[in-house]
Amino acid sequence: MQAASVDIRKVNKFYGPFHALKDIDLAIQPGKVTCLIGPSGSGKSTLLRCINFLEEYDSGEIRIDGEMIGYDAPGRRMPGRKLRGMRRAIGMVFQQFNLWPHMTARENVAEGLIRVRGMSRAEAGERAAEALEKVGLGDKMANHPSRLSGGQQQRVAIARAIAMEPRVMLFDEPTSALDPELVGEVLNVMKALATEGMTMVVVTHEMGFAAHVADQVAFMEKGELVGVDSPARILHEPEDARIQAFLRTYHERNSF
Amino acid sequence: MDFSIFLQYGPALLKGFGITVLCWLAGTVFGMTLGLVVALIQRYGPRWLGWIIQAYIEIIRGTPFLVQLFVLYYGGPLVGLRLDALPAGILGLTVYGSPYFAEIFRSGFRAVPHGQIEAARAIGMAELAIVRRILLPLGLVSSLPALVNFSIILTKETVILSIITVPELMYQVGRMSAETFRYLETNLVLALFFWLLVEAISRVGRRLEARITKHLVEERT
Repeated sequence: MQAASVDIRKVNKFYGPFHALKDIDLAIQPGKVTCLIGPSGSGKSTLLRCINFLEEYDSGEIRIDGEMIGYDAPGRRMPGRKLRGMRRAIGMVFQQFNLWPHMTARENVAEGLIRVRGMSRAEAGERAAEALEKVGLGDKMANHPSRLSGGQQQRVAIARAIAMEPRVMLFDEPTSALDPELVGEVLNVMKALATEGMTMVVVTHEMGFAAHVADQVAFMEKGELVGVDSPARILHEPEDARIQAFLRTYHERNSF
Repeated sequence: MDFSIFLQYGPALLKGFGITVLCWLAGTVFGMTLGLVVALIQRYGPRWLGWIIQAYIEIIRGTPFLVQLFVLYYGGPLVGLRLDALPAGILGLTVYGSPYFAEIFRSGFRAVPHGQIEAARAIGMAELAIVRRILLPLGLVSSLPALVNFSIILTKETVILSIITVPELMYQVGRMSAETFRYLETNLVLALFFWLLVEAISRVGRRLEARITKHLVEERT
């Protein structure tokens, strides 16, 4: 077995007295897609945000390609420069897209290439164009976010992340803020990425995506990782009662 | 009413108006700059400095401009700060305006969605680049209406500078009134000048706002 791209070990996180992540162990293999599912408030997004240290974890360790993120040693924060260096290799896509509204689609994608990777404007512009082509937005490059649909905005956000050539991509409920008819275009881009062999961690409520695209599905509840297994095992023949209950509610809510 | 006196006093009034505009412009530009620096220190600086700044904001906002001006102009020499009336007036306006500007910027920065800052952090942007490229442009846009509004308030605070003998419009009008006893006419002209200035500022402000928010507003289709 290969070394994990993201190796999460015994991670705990507290908000004051609230125990948000409880001894989480999870390995994400290179080139694989891991979906994190579970009820809201279960800690899936918190765990995802710990992977690029947007959220601090209190104990345990998270390693990206073997290197611990956030801390030089347990309890000792790493310098900002080093953290930024590690974040370059981790792309993130947010539920609310978080595009910068004062920049065009192309400028949004080029910004990181210029400021973080030190590219010239011309080179960054070219790379940005390529990334936007790839998500099917070659004709919207000059648009500001206010003139893009939600699905298009999210695709720009994906282009912004992949243009940095990350080794891992994190998706935090990427389709939850979208109108139902716009979900498909974003999922298609994500599927294409997965087919190319991108390592992906996806927090999602799209069970269909988890079933068809994920290599492993992790179910969380109340800060605990209840089960990690193949999509078939988790979604079709779950043993744990909590997963069964979650799926039952999901099916009831989505049936008509 | 008799407006013929303005033939004689016209040049003095115009000069006074010029000085009013100068004081206002300098006080606004310096006050805004100081306010911006203060707001950035409050956001990113060490906590102890934040407390000092908070105290300064409370003191300046809690006392009348006239009192501040007296302290600066008549109390300044006691600690070796000897200023002519005009620089003292501009410095006074700057200090008086800065905490209000700082508060405007602070709320403007808070209006920038945290997610947009996080998105920049997530791709590895340095804090300074985030301030320059994301926080400032977006924060300034949301601050603009309030900035223009307070700048307009500041125009009218300049009349207080006449009390420390800055030869601005109010000072000229006061002299003219004392010499001609035409208090109504002179003060109506003063009002007219201010109305013109304020009107000009708010027009520029609106145009600026329309221009910089062009891409930020959701298009209605």
